[in-house]
Amino acid sequence: MIGESMYQELILEHYKHPQGRGLREPYDAEVHHVNPTCGDEITLRVKVGDAGKILDVSYEGQGCSISQAAASVLHELTTGSTVEETLSVVDEFTRLMQGRGKIEADEEVLGDAVAFAGVAKFPARVKCALLSWMAYKDAVVRSAER
Amino acid sequence: MTSTSFDVEKIRKDFPIFSRELPDGRPLVYLDSGNSSQKPNQVIDVMREHLALHYSNVGRAMHVLGAESTDAYEGARDKIAGFIGAPSRDEVIFTKNASEALNLLAYSFGNPANTDPRFTIGPGDEIVVSEMEHHSNIVPWQMLAQRTGATLKWFGVTDEGRLDYDPALITERTKIVSITHQSNVLGTVNPVAAVAARAHEAGALIAVDASQSVPHHPVNVAGLDADFVVFTGHKMVGPSGIGVLWGRGELLEAMPPFLGGGEMIEAVWMDRSTYAPIPHKFEAGTPPIVEAIGLGAAADYLTEVGLDAVEAHERTLTAYALEALREVPRLRLIGPDTLEERGATVSFTLEGIHPHDVGQILDDHFGVAVRVGHHCARPLHLRFGIPATTRASFYLYNTTGEIDALVRGLHHVQKVFA
Ligand SMILES: Cc1ncc(COP(=O)(O)O)c(C=O)c1O
Repeated sequence: MIGESMYQELILEHYKHPQGRGLREPYDAEVHHVNPTCGDEITLRVKVGDAGKILDVSYEGQGCSISQAAASVLHELTTGSTVEETLSVVDEFTRLMQGRGKIEADEEVLGDAVAFAGVAKFPARVKCALLSWMAYKDAVVRSAER
Repeated sequence: MTSTSFDVEKIRKDFPIFSRELPDGRPLVYLDSGNSSQKPNQVIDVMREHLALHYSNVGRAMHVLGAESTDAYEGARDKIAGFIGAPSRDEVIFTKNASEALNLLAYSFGNPANTDPRFTIGPGDEIVVSEMEHHSNIVPWQMLAQRTGATLKWFGVTDEGRLDYDPALITERTKIVSITHQSNVLGTVNPVAAVAARAHEAGALIAVDASQSVPHHPVNVAGLDADFVVFTGHKMVGPSGIGVLWGRGELLEAMPPFLGGGEMIEAVWMDRSTYAPIPHKFEAGTPPIVEAIGLGAAADYLTEVGLDAVEAHERTLTAYALEALREVPRLRLIGPDTLEERGATVSFTLEGIHPHDVGQILDDHFGVAVRVGHHCARPLHLRFGIPATTRASFYLYNTTGEIDALVRGLHHVQKVFA
């Protein structure tokens, strides 16, 4: 029953009750990312305040439980932190996802996002988990360019 | 449960893959033959034997192995011609797959080096497809329209998943109509003969994408009244890497070559060439020799089992599946819910659950292999306002027990996401 380890209770919770969903004003950058192999998509906005503090991450998207729950967890983990802090979380999450299930997750850094560790064993689903996180990284870079 | 004349357990013994287990001891429940089918020993053995004992290049080698290999390759062409009722073996062109066959055909139009009026095309001329096509029967025609300024038009699809056939869409400006015989998502079987009659009345040519019909029903190209028929080997218990374009001889002769190279020529000078007669005009380079021979063996196998029997078996399975899926709450069938003019492909959505999650849990827990996504028919999914579906497709080796496993799996999926 490998699947059970992928569909952690926490992932299902976030899927059924997404946190911070919906596109909000104001924002500094908006990006739209798609996963062409499965058609999952996300539109994501970031608002950065003084001292690089993330004031809001808002999003709208469609896709599987993994991609939608990942966006919800992303919202929770990033809002209120600094750009710098969140980018290191993104890096750690990316490392975990690309580790083919052979990497120990750093729970200190990742918090709830460790629930996605099981997804890393399914190469086809890694992109689902990363969709919103890559969109976030892109949006943060763009907001800095403004 | 299945019809007595058809011994599915005996059939399954021909397919070595059904003797394996998946990791963790899960049994394999393969409901993805619409994507690609499994292979029987009868095909595997013929291919192995050819590679082991008879292999060499075809057409050009003046030795025993060359003759044996050529005989086997050309023998496969005879078998395919017989299998689809082609009036002449020379009308059977081997390609890499159905996609290449459709591209070959699309590139035959609007080639400045060819002046045959049936294959000229330009602004004001029309190409007609349908909204239920596989991308392979959409994109090559879009590209042709872009190259030549012709207009691409299409038949819609009804809510029930039938072709919304409007004969008036085909006009005297239409050069080519290309539609699928059986939808790879809906299972719908289209009224190809009626469309062909209308196309011919308007002076247009008609191509039929038979990728999903030739493996499952007796298809006679002469009976379809089509000008071209394409299909692909890997969906009909044959290997991948081999497909077929059948065309009416006089049309194939009038078409320009597609790929240039060895074997497709008659004579070559530094500044020009003349071309071999059909079928070799369209088979540049060393062909997929062993794959073609494997496809011939696949045709033999299906003939031996009997395509009428295969069709009847699939009908039983489809009836059983439609009935069983009706009992699954919040399941929306995408495609006809009756057996009328439909094949053994069943697509659906489960309310609130993404098909990727459905497919993953079916596979992980039950070993049930289905396809999830848009199945290379994105426009069709857009038509129904959904990003993706879950698709179960049945073949001669499937059982009603496997459909039970699918339904049990779906109930479990709904429990996980409840
Ligand atoms: C209806 C239809 N047409 C065309 C194709 C393309 O076949 P291939 O990928 O072998 O070229 C497929 C299968 O994928 C199909 O289902």
